[in-house]
Amino acid sequence: MSRLVPLFAFIALAVLLGFGLRHAGDKSELPSPLIGKTVPDFDLPSLFDPEARYTPASLAGQPWIANFWASWCYACRVEHPAITDLANRGVVRVVGMNHRDTREDAAEWLDRFGDPYHLHVFDADGRTSIDFGVVAAPETFLVDANGIIVFKHIGAVTPDVVENEILPRLERMGVEQP
Amino acid sequence: MIAEIGQVALLSALLVSLFMGIVPLLGARGRHAGMMMTAGTGAWVHFILVLLAYVLLTSAFLLQDFSVEYVARNSNSQLPVHYRFTAVWGAHEGSLLLWQLILAGWTLAVAGFSRSLPAEFRATVLAVLGWVSVGFLLFILYTSNPFGRILPPPVDGRDLNPLLQDPGMIIHPPMLYMGYVGFAVPFAFAVAALLRGEVTRQWVRWTRPWTHVAWAFLTLGLALGSWWAYYELGWGGWWFWDPVENAAFMPWLVGTALIHSQAVTEKTGAFRNWTLLLAIAAFSLSLLGTFLVRSGVLTSVHAFASDPTRGLFILAYLVVVVGGSLTLFSFRAPKMMMGSGFAGVSRESLLLVNNLVLAVICAMVLLGTLYPLLVDAMGAGKISVGPPYFALLFALLLVPLVMALPLGVFARFKRDRLGRLLTQMRWPLAAALIAGALTAWWLPEPGLAPVAGVAGAAWLMAASLAWPLKRLRGRGQQAGFTLQETAMTLAHFGLGIFLVGISLANVTSAEKHVRMAPGDRFELGGYTFEFAGTRSLQGPNYSADEGEFAVSRDGEHVTRLRPQKRRYLRESQVMTEAAIDPGLGRDLYVSLGEPLGDDGAWAVSLYIKPFVRWVWLGSLFMFAGGLLAASDRRYRKSTVNGAAA
Repeated sequence: MSRLVPLFAFIALAVLLGFGLRHAGDKSELPSPLIGKTVPDFDLPSLFDPEARYTPASLAGQPWIANFWASWCYACRVEHPAITDLANRGVVRVVGMNHRDTREDAAEWLDRFGDPYHLHVFDADGRTSIDFGVVAAPETFLVDANGIIVFKHIGAVTPDVVENEILPRLERMGVEQP
Repeated sequence: MIAEIGQVALLSALLVSLFMGIVPLLGARGRHAGMMMTAGTGAWVHFILVLLAYVLLTSAFLLQDFSVEYVARNSNSQLPVHYRFTAVWGAHEGSLLLWQLILAGWTLAVAGFSRSLPAEFRATVLAVLGWVSVGFLLFILYTSNPFGRILPPPVDGRDLNPLLQDPGMIIHPPMLYMGYVGFAVPFAFAVAALLRGEVTRQWVRWTRPWTHVAWAFLTLGLALGSWWAYYELGWGGWWFWDPVENAAFMPWLVGTALIHSQAVTEKTGAFRNWTLLLAIAAFSLSLLGTFLVRSGVLTSVHAFASDPTRGLFILAYLVVVVGGSLTLFSFRAPKMMMGSGFAGVSRESLLLVNNLVLAVICAMVLLGTLYPLLVDAMGAGKISVGPPYFALLFALLLVPLVMALPLGVFARFKRDRLGRLLTQMRWPLAAALIAGALTAWWLPEPGLAPVAGVAGAAWLMAASLAWPLKRLRGRGQQAGFTLQETAMTLAHFGLGIFLVGISLANVTSAEKHVRMAPGDRFELGGYTFEFAGTRSLQGPNYSADEGEFAVSRDGEHVTRLRPQKRRYLRESQVMTEAAIDPGLGRDLYVSLGEPLGDDGAWAVSLYIKPFVRWVWLGSLFMFAGGLLAASDRRYRKSTVNGAAA
């Protein structure tokens, strides 16, 4: 009987992997259920100033990018040059949504890798990231001037995503490219 | 035409491997010598066909044939020639072709070196390898064809991922695949033994050298990968517990356990089923690694472009190969215990400790890697398992492993006395205590982990040296020193060196992330770094800012470091090239962050990393040990005996 144990363990593993795969399929093929919907509501403090607060309403009026990141997130370092590049173009406000992190770690991380963000939102317990359906850090959302999510990217943003996904959408919204 | 011929070569290779999977098996059943002989011929033809496909893909890169989609995506007209060779394995499709080429090479080697094995057994082993090839070739042809065309062809290609435009990347993947794929050989031997119902000590002897070689290459591949991450990513770290790293580390752990359990099974017959299971597990974990890296289930930086179809295919392949072999195991594994028992204190019991600990570490890594998936599957939201989990558990589990290792080397098979063992260990014990005390005295803030780590390393290294001394001084049967023992000593000594590295590199390292303008100086760990400013330079396919730092200590010039920030033209990807002054005692490491302001100031990361080289030096010792163990003549002699028996 004991010689069946490895087989059963493997079957359990295979089921788990199969589940993960279905999920991976969702990630790349099905659009996020949030696309075309209003941004989930939140009322969060700034990363640096606990007094300052941000809500979707306070950000509305112009398009913005919600970039969910954290200091513990490995892929966030990888995408950082691309995010920096996007922010430096000055065509859209890039909001750093720091989640499940501490203020100290986040500040140190920004010191170290550079701080391109126009605004810093601090989502300490990750509640807002759950509302956004964030399944893996980093994730990036493009929100239009009316607060509608028009694009979502899971995983590290690459120059390719900036060039071929984000900038064309901004252009269609009538944002001038410098 | 090139691409089409390549495709035909791959299709023919598929047919040949199908033939190899069927005909020799039938031959072995019917004891038909001619049909069994076809396995060796098949291995040759298969190798030549896959090699042809590989050479054709390489020539498409060299000739810049951008009508081949894979070439267009991973190369461009400015790519230096030497990177056109390595670009072949720079992305998913080509790396699979390399994988298949190495598998074909291993299969051919098995065919060549196992002529002295019983014909039925050899035919069965080659047939199993044939089936492994069938799966992989189907995978390549069905989901990842490197020879697909695009019409109309683009004028120029994109570019090879800049991360991969680096000398370390030239050798890292082939070495890693040599290890990964090499475990297919012990796997095939195990499955063949189960199929034929001949799970004997002979079987273990045949498979040992193959396991050693595969393990040695995997060790080297891991070390190269870690070294590459250290200098290319520019973060000063050398191991990140990333899913991709874990995927390669798990087969290594099980492979290490396998080497040790094979030693016991060959000698006394004990652990027979466990050895079988480990042989299956090592290759299964290699396949699992492939699945994790290429399916997109887990988010990782060095993941290949994810594609669920591919994931589904590998999962199906995994289920057939692993599920099939484990089913075979559960029905055919010998029910009788073999070999005589062993006492509580004996080499067997100590190697059992080794095996259990390695298996537990592997399970820990597997759990940590898949935990995000598991939590997600239970609908409990996303949790990220970070380095703290892995590092802590790994450190804790290393303790019993390191403590038991020298005892296992010195203990006798069957039965030993604890008193006798401990008397033999007095010098290593003294070395451990002295090394620990020195570390505690030397470190500014001594913690438990580094002190215990260095003490453990000294314990390992002293015991590794004590063993050959004892053997050389011994008389009669005790005297003499085989190649095998030299190999073991080397590998264990290497583990000691490695342990010094991992114990000290992190706790003694100093790092600072500062803003530096030209002319600025910064002191770190006794070294003065003076920033002389940056200049622009032009590479073949990138432009770069190169900083210059003069490093001095107590007013004396030490070295000049020139880190670069490169911008690759084609995809405007930015790469950090750290500048490193390596040394056995310490590495000086500088990388450029972002430019700050107009006065030529930059965000600069400065690191001093003592003992980090020891991590890779130790791995090199282990690699050498693995190769040496495989070259022991005893194996070749005994295979002849085995054939006669």
